[in-house]
Amino acid sequence: MAYVPLADQELELHHPHSWVTKYVWSQDHKVIAIQYGGTAIAVGVVALVLSLLMRMQLGFPESFDLIDPSSYYQSVTMHGMIMVVYLLTALFLGGFGNYLIPLMCGARDMVFPFLNMLSYWVYLLSVLILMASFFVGDGPTGAGWTLYPPQVSMEGTPGNNTGILLMLGSLAVFIVAFTMGGLNYVTTVLQYRCRGLTMMRLPLTVWGIFIATILGLFAFPALLVSAVMMLFDTLLGTSFFMPAIIEAGTPMDYGGGSPILFQHLFWFFGHPEVYIVALPAFGLVSDVLSTHARKNIFGYRMMVWAIIAIGGLSFIVWAHHMYVSGMNPYFGFFFATTTLIIAVPTALKVYNWVLTLWEGDIRMNAPMYFAIGFIFTFIHGGLTGLFLGNVVIDLPLSDTYFVVAHFHMVMGVSPVLVLFAALYHWFPKVSGRMYHEGMAKFHFWCTFLGTYAIYLPMHYLGFLGVPRRYYAMGSTDFIPESAQDLNAAITIAALFVGASQIIFFVNIFWSLRNGKKADANPWGSASLEWQTPDTPPVHGNWGDELPTVYRWPYDYSVPGAHEDFIPQNTPESAEPTVSDEHFDPDKDQSLADV
Amino acid sequence: MSLFKQLTEKPWEKKGVIGGMRPEVAFDTAPEKVALVFFLVIASVIFSMFTVSYVVRMDLPDWEPLSEPSQLWLNTGLLAISSVLFQWARTIVSSGGQKNLTMAFIGGGVFAILFIAGQMITWQGLQASGYYVASNPANSFFYLMTGLHAVHLLGGLWVWSKSSIRMIAGGKPEDLRLSIELCTLYWHFLLIVWLLMFGVLSNT
Repeated sequence: MAYVPLADQELELHHPHSWVTKYVWSQDHKVIAIQYGGTAIAVGVVALVLSLLMRMQLGFPESFDLIDPSSYYQSVTMHGMIMVVYLLTALFLGGFGNYLIPLMCGARDMVFPFLNMLSYWVYLLSVLILMASFFVGDGPTGAGWTLYPPQVSMEGTPGNNTGILLMLGSLAVFIVAFTMGGLNYVTTVLQYRCRGLTMMRLPLTVWGIFIATILGLFAFPALLVSAVMMLFDTLLGTSFFMPAIIEAGTPMDYGGGSPILFQHLFWFFGHPEVYIVALPAFGLVSDVLSTHARKNIFGYRMMVWAIIAIGGLSFIVWAHHMYVSGMNPYFGFFFATTTLIIAVPTALKVYNWVLTLWEGDIRMNAPMYFAIGFIFTFIHGGLTGLFLGNVVIDLPLSDTYFVVAHFHMVMGVSPVLVLFAALYHWFPKVSGRMYHEGMAKFHFWCTFLGTYAIYLPMHYLGFLGVPRRYYAMGSTDFIPESAQDLNAAITIAALFVGASQIIFFVNIFWSLRNGKKADANPWGSASLEWQTPDTPPVHGNWGDELPTVYRWPYDYSVPGAHEDFIPQNTPESAEPTVSDEHFDPDKDQSLADV
Repeated sequence: MSLFKQLTEKPWEKKGVIGGMRPEVAFDTAPEKVALVFFLVIASVIFSMFTVSYVVRMDLPDWEPLSEPSQLWLNTGLLAISSVLFQWARTIVSSGGQKNLTMAFIGGGVFAILFIAGQMITWQGLQASGYYVASNPANSFFYLMTGLHAVHLLGGLWVWSKSSIRMIAGGKPEDLRLSIELCTLYWHFLLIVWLLMFGVLSNT
């Protein structure tokens, strides 16, 4: 029996009948996206405050009573885990994935709306479990976001009882939530596209989120497995990871488990996780750059292949996080090689972003500021990654601030700049209002220059050998006193950047009420989400009839066209053209054929 | 058009509706089946990770092999019968028939419940003989991996029970066809996982 494509089937839309089913127990992908986004940003603010507490201690040691060694390590751990998993993963996939996939695919909703709703509530549960650890007796775990055994269970580590249990439980629940959402995103992209929308007509945003979701679906199981085994070690006294160990002169009740095994499992998840965050960012920034440069994205096919290649390679580089754990030199050589190879498709993407800007009719508005800012920070973060991918360079730098600077530039600042670019770019569609351009640009400069003021000097601290993960440096002969001055300056910059995020929230909340009413397509964008009959789109997205797609989503500045963009759902026959005398083929030559 | 072929398309060249008036799908099948296949891949990754961990941990000096109870052979038979009955139900519904459908489908689930009961008897027997979960890593892995397999089976039984209720309530075979197909696929997967796991756990 031939299968009737989903877009041809009558979809039960579960139209909401009350305020609760519309805004709380909603099955509408757009409401779920906003719920995901709001929760992720709220928990991200908690993580931001924790980082400022850490910086205050590092910049002005022993000056603040509220930060002691335990709370410092708890802040380090919670900051890292929240930012990577509960903010970035959730916001890119749960937030932007939910909002944009059905709209960009010309669908009415996700394939499984109930599962989608469940995904958010289970995610919220995971966040609540994690936040609960702040209120239990021993507080959250302070073992570092990598949760390495045996330290995680030792007496000296804060949160080694309830804190670690809540962390592991929360991660397990998060993975369940992610799986429910992820199955939706993947199936929707594969099976729920409208007429004419082939895979190669999808915007790069969808490609980035699609491949990142597949990475997540295959990588998170490794974290689940390690979390379950560690839960067994902690709760039941098994010895999967816990080695035979003596604590304060007393042998612990553990056999000869393998802490290195945990590291392998953790980083088999941990490295793809970098790309789970990066690939959606790559996709979103490609669309923002193309739209505001009024140019088709340079090398679309290569951009898609690069996303797939990066996704595949990300599973065979994990041990570069473990060089200092000790390994067979051939093993290290293999992982150094694969790590450097992954730079090739990544660099290709950077070149293509720059070439998309080349000779574009660039509109310097806030999303474009953030997108171009991302190119800078990503190049800087990426280049230091080339250093650290080599075993001999990584060994002396691994436990220094050089690594902190590297990963914050490449997977902290860079994705966050894309998030802001995307939030400003799609804000008019989501809210029906324009944001305040002046505030947004001011927010950009504070964030962009501020983060450079934080992380550039941090590389230098790393070269000096200043160790990371230390609560206080004390008097160390090889570190000059001037390093502490630099630390103080970094802290001031961090406080400034942290405070400047208030501008973003003021802008968003002010604009929701007072912003200028947005047109349906204020940027003149060609992709489908801007072609909805209503702004913001209503439940069901498309009115009576689903759109039909006639072209790719990057028809900008097409020679001979009346406007500088042609929406994806515009048929060839309806395409307005300028008369021949206005068309200069040399001047209007498109760069499409690359 | 195959997914691989699509990746070589030059989308900037081709205008108009590709694929006629039919919406674009990557696979000519129900989305539920696509999602289930993805889920099976995820479950495979989980079981593979445990297997790799098992093999790595086995090489460490404190490992004491666990001799698997003979009850497991009986349990394996129960799960195999369960899988065969699901396959029978699938064959009936695919050929448009209805006779014996309820017996085959409900029977498949009942044998799966018997399998889980058999596993619980095995765990109790091991406990009674002093093979506790924390007394040796081989024991820990045995309880963990068989427990995880049982949890997956329980998830399947939840879906099976919903379909069974619909079937008993007089649901039409054509409306239940997809559920039966998906249950069958899931049960075959869990049988294969069990056979591989049994092989690995026995090889200590």
